[in-house]
Amino acid sequence: MSDLAVLRRLTALAAPLRGHFALAGLLGVGTLAASIGLLATSGLLISWASLQPPLLDLMVAITAVRALGISRAVLRYLERLASHDAALRLLGRMRSRVIARVAALAPAGLEGWRRGDLVSRLVDDVESLQTVYIRALAPPLVALGAIAVALAIVVPLAPRAGLVLAAGLLGGGVAVSLLALRLGRAAGRRLADARGALATAVDDVLGGAGELLLYDRVEDHLDRVDAADAALEHLQRREAWRAGLVAGASAALSGVTVVAVAAVAVPAVADGALPGVLLAVVVLTALAAFEAIAPLPQAAQQLSDALAAGRRVFAVLDAPDPVADPPSPQPAPQGRVLALERATLRYALGQPPALDGVDLTVSRGERVALLGPSGAGKTTVAEVLTRLRPLASGRATLDGIDLAELAGDDVRAVVGLVEQQPHLFATSLRENLRLAKRDADDDELAAVLARVRLDRWVAGLPEGLDTTVGPGGAQVSGGQRQRLALARQLLRDPPLLLLDEPTADVDRVTAAALRRELLDAATGRGVLLITHELPAPGEVDRIITMERGRVVGEATGAAPHQAVGAAT
Amino acid sequence: MTAPPVASGRRGPPIDPRLLRHARSARGFLALTVALGLVTAVTVIAQAELLATVIAGAFTDGRDLAGLATPLLALLGVVGVRAGVAWATEVAAHRSAAGVRGELRRRLLRRVVAEGPVARSGDQRGALAVSATRGLEALDAFFSRYLPQLALAVLVPLLAIAWIWPRDLLTVGLLAVTLPVIPVFMALIGKMAGRHVARQWSSLQQLGGHFVDVMAGLTTLKTVGAARRQRERVEAITDRFRASTMRTLRVAFLSAGWLELMAMIGTAMIAVGIGLRLVEGTLDLQTGLAILILVPEVYLPVRNLGQQFHAAREGMESAAELLDVIDADDDAPAATGDASGEDEGVSEAAASLGARAREAPHAPAHPAGHAPIRLDALHYAYPRRPEGALHGLDLAITPGERLAVIGPTGAGKSTLLALLLGFAAPQQGAITVPAEPDGTPRPLTALDLRAWRASLAWVPQRPHLVAGTIADNLRLARPEATSAQVAEAGARAGLDDVVAALPAGYDSDVGEDGQRLSAGQRRRVALARAWLRQASLVLLDEPTADLDPASEAHVVEAIDGLARDRTVVAVTHRLALAERADRVAVIADGRVVQQGAPSTLASLPGPYRAIAEADPEALRGLGWVT
Repeated sequence: MSDLAVLRRLTALAAPLRGHFALAGLLGVGTLAASIGLLATSGLLISWASLQPPLLDLMVAITAVRALGISRAVLRYLERLASHDAALRLLGRMRSRVIARVAALAPAGLEGWRRGDLVSRLVDDVESLQTVYIRALAPPLVALGAIAVALAIVVPLAPRAGLVLAAGLLGGGVAVSLLALRLGRAAGRRLADARGALATAVDDVLGGAGELLLYDRVEDHLDRVDAADAALEHLQRREAWRAGLVAGASAALSGVTVVAVAAVAVPAVADGALPGVLLAVVVLTALAAFEAIAPLPQAAQQLSDALAAGRRVFAVLDAPDPVADPPSPQPAPQGRVLALERATLRYALGQPPALDGVDLTVSRGERVALLGPSGAGKTTVAEVLTRLRPLASGRATLDGIDLAELAGDDVRAVVGLVEQQPHLFATSLRENLRLAKRDADDDELAAVLARVRLDRWVAGLPEGLDTTVGPGGAQVSGGQRQRLALARQLLRDPPLLLLDEPTADVDRVTAAALRRELLDAATGRGVLLITHELPAPGEVDRIITMERGRVVGEATGAAPHQAVGAAT
Repeated sequence: MTAPPVASGRRGPPIDPRLLRHARSARGFLALTVALGLVTAVTVIAQAELLATVIAGAFTDGRDLAGLATPLLALLGVVGVRAGVAWATEVAAHRSAAGVRGELRRRLLRRVVAEGPVARSGDQRGALAVSATRGLEALDAFFSRYLPQLALAVLVPLLAIAWIWPRDLLTVGLLAVTLPVIPVFMALIGKMAGRHVARQWSSLQQLGGHFVDVMAGLTTLKTVGAARRQRERVEAITDRFRASTMRTLRVAFLSAGWLELMAMIGTAMIAVGIGLRLVEGTLDLQTGLAILILVPEVYLPVRNLGQQFHAAREGMESAAELLDVIDADDDAPAATGDASGEDEGVSEAAASLGARAREAPHAPAHPAGHAPIRLDALHYAYPRRPEGALHGLDLAITPGERLAVIGPTGAGKSTLLALLLGFAAPQQGAITVPAEPDGTPRPLTALDLRAWRASLAWVPQRPHLVAGTIADNLRLARPEATSAQVAEAGARAGLDDVVAALPAGYDSDVGEDGQRLSAGQRRRVALARAWLRQASLVLLDEPTADLDPASEAHVVEAIDGLARDRTVVAVTHRLALAERADRVAVIADGRVVQQGAPSTLASLPGPYRAIAEADPEALRGLGWVT
């Protein structure tokens, strides 16, 4: 996407809020106009006063000076409020757009993004885009407005001085912005690399303190930090030279322009073209006008960051739906049997298939284990069976109906999935559970908590169901997280249930006990237990072994070791 | 924007005095900043005077361009100086910021290493790492924006007033009244706004965090059929967030608004006053104009100061946080042994880590074939968290044996290893080990720690891989190891199939903290290190966690090899490992609750059998299953 295309789409995104942004912009122009006007009228007042006219003649100018002074302060306050309000409104729009898209994409459409990475980057990008209008797009527009005000004062009085001022403001503003943009771009990449190297060196000392102490290597790793710091500092020193260059150029530009305006206006006074009493107005307007272009170099740099952020956000907004619901889906089946027939898919061209002709069935009332090492394609099976991921060929069926003919939400109402890393939201336990069933009352919640053996834990919490969990909340162990996720599914009461590595996050002694209790809680349903550890004898009815996307063995659960024999 | 400008953070003096005390390199810079500020103040006054000369000269005296050539040229000169000062300020500011950053970071790292790796949790160290990199970079704003602005905010008004004094006392009076009122009222309004913001802060943060939370949990929301509802919810909550942010900002912006208003009213009053005195004839035009041009420049740095203060705050808070760590009293008598809070002590601490007891440098004797290592009534509690404490742990490690320590998370297993490694000293009780020359048992605290550690190998629960290649990481344990030795150690630890799959074999880069390797692969690197180490006592912390059955078999075999002729203490959850041990010690809540040969324990009712049978209820009783 070209810079211009990104810019156009950013503008389109804000179009419904144009009234809010226009108000903020007008207040910005008004603020600058007031401060230009303040200095100009003050100059007029003083020049005029030196002619010692009757005091009454000066009253208009005196009143104007006072009014402009007060209105500048008031306008500035209102402008800040208006621009923040507009930016926050935009944030709301962008967030809801992004959420809607990511909800459709997750998880299959977000391939190649590491999960935590995607979230934090997208959040940062959206966050930084809301300010793009205030910090990058508004300053040039507001500056143009203020320049117009300044020129409207100067040009009628002294056209040639106006020309000089216009050249200084417009040419200078553009030149300084471009300079800032160029200098910033060149160094950005290398600065990021140097920062990364320093962070790594620091992390080696802080995170690896034990190893370094044991192996007596503290000193040379501290030296590495110093070396990384020196490399970064070298780059930043050059960066500071450049920043100094922009600052110096800006100062020189405004100073030289004011001197030039004065040098052009003085002969006009001598010629009688410009009344002497107005000379101060011309020169002081020029002096004040440069406040308008002061934020431009920074705005230019912000713009290039914002374009990069915008490009990333639009890449997510534009990504195609990985699994679109059919236009007229079949009614939801009851959920007697879930099956894969020659199921095949690969994540990317050139990669080995994640699933390679997989056949399996899970029927209601049956417990099946899907066993295999990490990377065998087990989680992919769970995602395909819950219509979170499409197949390239073969079929996934529910009671004989192809999942592609069903709505995703209908499939997931019948086939429950407990993910490997279920998310707990930063809210109360009660709300976390009621996500699955909005009208569940506390008795119902207590009943499912007892089934997943969390009743005693919740009873022991001082705030019970009101305890906040999730980010920033109470500590929840890996096992408790799995039990809560299962409780959510039990509230939805699906006839078929997939448990994806429920014991991956707990130690092995806990794992055996946890697995046993989770399976007990799910009794009566069709259960597919995805695991890399052999279940105990009798825990499941059948064991299917997968390796590299293929089913390589099947055994009864009574003698699980046969399944391993088939796998190796 | 989620953080309104008046944040919840501490409100300290404008400069943390500790920052200047610690940052020696900043002192020279302060002088330079003041000098540059002085030059700026002089040029501001000169510019006003020269501009006034030009305007008044053309207007009242009717001079033409030639007659005004001198002041105009002088004005150009002043402009040149101002541009130069603007450039110099940026460059000088960076130099000092960089110096201070490096100095603070060095002190912090030495301090944290000196405390030992157990004094802080991984999360705490992660937070410090962020403060020590990104946080310290934010100090740039403090040095390159705030400090120069502070110098200007003091010097420009002072010099300007000194210049105006003999010319127009009334203006001086107005300035003297309005200027001091600005910071006083700002502070008052700021305080009020701060209280207001603090009240709103947690709800603002909660509303602001909602989006991140929903984003992170979208797949989960899909599995419970709640994803579609989120768009409206996010919209509604963001709108609530906006409404309450705006309520906060209306108050928060008041202090800046007040400042602006005072500056503007001051300027306007002075302009009108000058006009009136001109009419009376008590002031001449040139002076009046010069003062008029000068007055906004007097208010400007004061106005900017507030803005720069917010920008600088983040860096100052990071610095304060690091200074808190650097200056903290040694509340945890950690890896150094001697509590030295002094500057020099801290920087020496890392160097003296190995020589804790310089006056009694006993070297440890080769543990095998000597008296046992005794752990007697060990008590240890972490300063900042409750888990993992020891409450009177007794254990003897016989030379040459394989000891498995099992117990639930948080029972103190890793703490036991940390104390054996000398990363922390027990708060009560003692560890005694046989020492040179005759194998007499001596307390660990009387030994040369560096020599003691040289006889140890350690595979931590989450091994750290340093930046570099796999070979670099193995050689951490033994820098002089040949390629053949590296390859042999790798093969022993089951690393060769991992290495074979990498483009450059042992010379492949592992990425930051081994991110390009899986948890199991990282653990095998650590095992290979232990192999290279040729230690007599091997400490293993969950050596087979996160491994699939095939790699686990490799690792168990590698441990068997390592255990030959060595003493091995393995903390584990894995019965397969415990069953191969000579002896098992079961730990619960910081004590040994059962010990003996695994075959004996398996035949008795008790904790070990409960673990072997994975009996949920019995395990809950041990504090195991949650």
